[in-house]
Amino acid sequence: MPIFIDRRLNPKDKSLGNRQRFLRRAREELKRSIRDQVRTGRIAEIDREHAVPMPRKGTREPTFNNAKDSGQRQHVLPGNRSFSPGDLIPKPGGGGAGPSGPGTTESEDDFRFVLSREEVLDLFFEDLELPDLVKLNLKQILSFKPRRAGFTASGAPTNINVGRTMRNSHGRRIALRRPKQAELDAIAEQIAELESKPASPAIGERLEALRKEFDQLERRRKRIAYVDPVDIRFNRFDPQPIPNASAVMFCLMDVSGSMGEREKDLAKRFFVLLHLFLTRRYERTEIVFIRHTHEAKEVDEHTFFYHTQSGGTVVSTALEEMHRIIEQRYPVAEWNIYAAQASDGDNFATDSERCIELLDRKLMRLCQYFAYVEIIDERESHIFGSTENGTSLWRAYNAVDGKWPNFQMRRIAAPADIYPVFRQLFARQPVLRKSA
Amino acid sequence: MGRGPMVSQARKSELLFSGSDWDFVKLSRVYDEIEAIGIEELRLDIYPVQMEVISSEQMLDAYSSVGMPLMYRHWSFGKRFLYDELLYRKGARGLAYELVINSNPCIVYLMEENTMALQALVTAHAALGHNHFFKNNHLFRQWTDAGGILSYLDFAKSYIARCEERHGLAAVEAILDSAHALMEQGVFRYHRPPKLSSEQQREGLRERLEYEERSYNDLWRTLPPSQEADKTETRGDGVAERKKSLNLPEENLLYFLEKNSLVLEPWQREVIRIVRVIAQYFYPQRQTQVMNEGCATFVHYTLMNTLFDRGRISEGAMLEILRNHSNVVFQPAFDDPRFSGINPYALGLDMMQDIQRISTEPTAEDRDWFPDIAGRGDWRDTLLDAWANHRDESFIRQYLSPALIRKWRLFVLADGADEPHYEVASIHNERGYSKIRSALAQSYDVGASRPDIQVVDVDLLGDRHLRLQHNVKDGILLEGESRDATLRHIRTLWGYDVSLAAIDAETGAMLSERSTKEL
Repeated sequence: MPIFIDRRLNPKDKSLGNRQRFLRRAREELKRSIRDQVRTGRIAEIDREHAVPMPRKGTREPTFNNAKDSGQRQHVLPGNRSFSPGDLIPKPGGGGAGPSGPGTTESEDDFRFVLSREEVLDLFFEDLELPDLVKLNLKQILSFKPRRAGFTASGAPTNINVGRTMRNSHGRRIALRRPKQAELDAIAEQIAELESKPASPAIGERLEALRKEFDQLERRRKRIAYVDPVDIRFNRFDPQPIPNASAVMFCLMDVSGSMGEREKDLAKRFFVLLHLFLTRRYERTEIVFIRHTHEAKEVDEHTFFYHTQSGGTVVSTALEEMHRIIEQRYPVAEWNIYAAQASDGDNFATDSERCIELLDRKLMRLCQYFAYVEIIDERESHIFGSTENGTSLWRAYNAVDGKWPNFQMRRIAAPADIYPVFRQLFARQPVLRKSA
Repeated sequence: MGRGPMVSQARKSELLFSGSDWDFVKLSRVYDEIEAIGIEELRLDIYPVQMEVISSEQMLDAYSSVGMPLMYRHWSFGKRFLYDELLYRKGARGLAYELVINSNPCIVYLMEENTMALQALVTAHAALGHNHFFKNNHLFRQWTDAGGILSYLDFAKSYIARCEERHGLAAVEAILDSAHALMEQGVFRYHRPPKLSSEQQREGLRERLEYEERSYNDLWRTLPPSQEADKTETRGDGVAERKKSLNLPEENLLYFLEKNSLVLEPWQREVIRIVRVIAQYFYPQRQTQVMNEGCATFVHYTLMNTLFDRGRISEGAMLEILRNHSNVVFQPAFDDPRFSGINPYALGLDMMQDIQRISTEPTAEDRDWFPDIAGRGDWRDTLLDAWANHRDESFIRQYLSPALIRKWRLFVLADGADEPHYEVASIHNERGYSKIRSALAQSYDVGASRPDIQVVDVDLLGDRHLRLQHNVKDGILLEGESRDATLRHIRTLWGYDVSLAAIDAETGAMLSERSTKEL
C-alpha cells in the first residue's frame, strides 16, 4: 500500500515569491504599460486589476541556440500520402520553419497577464512620490460593518434568534400534532377519577382504553421534540461597507490649444489621484467633467481628454458652469464637493477678477476642497519656483489661497510634484470644515 | 429467482470502484490491485510509491518550478507560471493528470479534479510505468540519485535563500541568470558525474575548495618561472601543458567556470554548482522521452485491459479510460493543423506494441530485420531489456520496424537552409527503411542536436582570455542575438574576456569568431 498525502490544504501561492521577483525585474516595462493605461483609460478604472502585455525587455533567457536559417537538416514526419523520393516541396513563405512544426510555438507577444489592484497601484504611485502612509491609506479597501440581514439555518450559538426558533417549533408541533400537556393531564384526571370509582367490567374496559391512549400520547410526545434542530434559526449578518456620504468630484480643465499631450497627461494623473482618494473615503463618488475655452461645457470623459477645441480662455465660464451644476444636481447637504482644476495659467486679462469673485462669494462656501494645478514647462519650474508672480490666473488665485484654508494651488512640472497639492487632504485626521 | 440478484451482487463487489468520485480507500484498493498485476503480469520492479493529491493551482505551481516539489526562487519560474496559467485559463492546454518525480520513494502527484477512472489510469501510468522506468533504466541508475534528490533540492532552496539574505537578491539573481543561460552546457554527456554526496561531505568539499581557491592564486603568483622549462619547452608544449593541467577541452562549461573562474566567491561557485546538479539530474529525462512515456503508456494500457478482462472495472470506467488513452496517443499527420511534431506517447507505445507483435506473431520481414527477437514468444523479457538498456536514440535505431514505418507512413525531408524548397529524401519503401530509422534516431540524440560548445584554451597567467569553440555540424550555426547575450553571461561568470570560435567539425576551418570585446 502506498503512502498517501493530501496536499490540497497546503498553503497556496507557492510561486508568489517567483512572481514578485518577476514583476520587480520587469518593473520599468510594467510601469510604462500602466502609465499608458492611465493615459488612455478612464479615471475611475485605475483602481482595479489590469491586464498588461508580457514584458520582453529584461526577461529574455538567452541560451546557445541553433540558428534556423543555416545548415543542412533532416526532418522525419508522419503521414506521407503522395510523396516519392526526389520530390521537391516549395518552402512556405519566407523560408521559415516550414512543416517541421516543433519549433513554432505561439508568439510570446500575444500574452497578457493580470496585475492585481495592489500591484497596479504600486506601479502607479511609483513616481508620484507618495509617502508610505498615504499609499497604505489609498490601497486599503473600505472597511466593513456586519449588518443584520435576515435569518439563516446555520450559525454560531450566540446568534440564535429565539423568537424565530420558537415560532418554527410551534408550527412544527401543530403540524405534527404533538400532544399538549393539557391533553395528557385531562386523560390522567379521567383515569384517576375512574380508578376512584368501584371496579366494574365497564369501568375496567374504559380504564384500559384510557391507559392505552395515555401511553400512546406520551410516546408521541417523546418522539416529537419540543425544539428540534430544524427549528433553530440564527441571525444572519452581512458585511456592509460603512456608509459614507457621497462625494462629487469636479474636474475642470482648460482645453485650448496651449494644453498639449504632456500637460493633459499630468492633469489626468492629478485627477486620478484625487479620485483614488475620494473613492477610498466615500462610498459613492461621481465625477463631473467640465472643459472650457472661452465657453464651458459639461462633457463625458473621452471628450474631456481627447477633443481639442479652439478658442480663447475664459476661466470664469467653467466656474459658473460648475456652480450651475451644483445648484442643479448636487445639494450641499447631501454631497461633499471636491474640485480639481488644471490649467496652463492663461486667462483672459479681465476675467481673473471675476474668478476671484466667483470663488470667494460662491464656490468656496460649497466646496470641501478646491485644488488648482498649473502645469508649467519643466524649464520654467526653476524660474517660477515659489515666486508670487506668474500667469494672470496664478496671481488671481493667490488671493483666494490666503483666505481659504481648503484651497490649494501648485505649479507642477513633473509627476512627482502632484502629491504635495493633496498634502492637506491626506493628513491623518483631516479637518475639512466648511468655513462660515 | 433468488440467484439472479445474488450473482449480480457478487459481480458488483468484484469491481474495484463504481461511480466517478474517488476517495483514499478506493485509491489504495486500486493501487494494490494494479501493483499486484504489474508485478505478476509485466514483472515490473518499482520504488515504493508516495501519492500526493493536489489541486490544479498546485499543479501549476509545480509546472513552473520544472516539475519539482521544491525549488529555489527565481523570476524565470514566475514568468513560466504566468505563461502556463494563461494557456490553462484560455483552455489552450489542459493540465497533466499527473506528475511523477524520479525519487525514492517515487512521488506521484494526482489532480483532485480527476475522476476515479482517471486516477486508476494515472496510477498505472505513473506509479508503475514511470516508476519502473526510473528504477531500471541505465541512464537514471547511473546519472541520477533518486534517493538524494529531494534532500539536495531542499538544501539548494535554503542555501539560495540564505545567499539572498546575505548578499542581496540582485547579486544572487545575476549569478542564477548567468548559470541558467548555460544550463544546456552544464552537463557531463560522456563521463558519469560524481554521486550526490551527503550534506556533510558537501560541506567538507566546499571548505576544501575555498581553501584551494585561496592558496591557488598565491602559488601561481609567487612561483618563480622555471628556467629549465623556459629553455627546453617550446611554446606549443606550454599550451599543451596548460590545457592538460586544466583538463581541457571541457564540454561542461558550468563545471569549468565553477572550478576555474578567478572572480567568483565561494557562495557563487556553490550556486553554479546547484544549477549544474539540477541540469545533470534532468539530462537523462531529455534523452528518454519516447521510452519513458512509451513505457508508462504501454504499462497503463496493458494493466487497464487486464483489469477490465478480469471484471475489476466497469465498462463505463473503461470507456472513459480508453477515451483519455486515445487522446494521449493521438498522432496527427504532418499536414494536419494539429500537428506539432511526433508524439512521444504514440511513438513509444506503438514501438513497444510492435515488439510484442514481433515476438509473438512475426512476419517473414520481421524475421529478417529482428532475428534475435522475432518469434521468441517472450515479449516481456525483450521489453524489460529494452527499458533497462536503451535511450530514445538507440531504442529507435534498434527496434523501429519496417511495419511500423509503413503504418506511420514516415518520410524524411531534407532541408537545406539556402534551398528554396525541401526535398523528399526517403519514404516508407525498401530503400528508405533504414534511412528513415537512422534519421529518426538521430533526431532524438540530444547530444548531437544541441550545439557542441567546449572550453578549449585559457591562459591564466596571461590575459586570461577564455576561448570557447563551437563545433559546427552540418553547417548549423548559432542564433546571433542569443549567442551574444549568452557570451555576456559567460563573461560575467568568468570575469575576463571570452571568445567563441565556430569551427567546422569536418573541415576544421574557422567559420567565425565572436569575442565579448566586440559586444
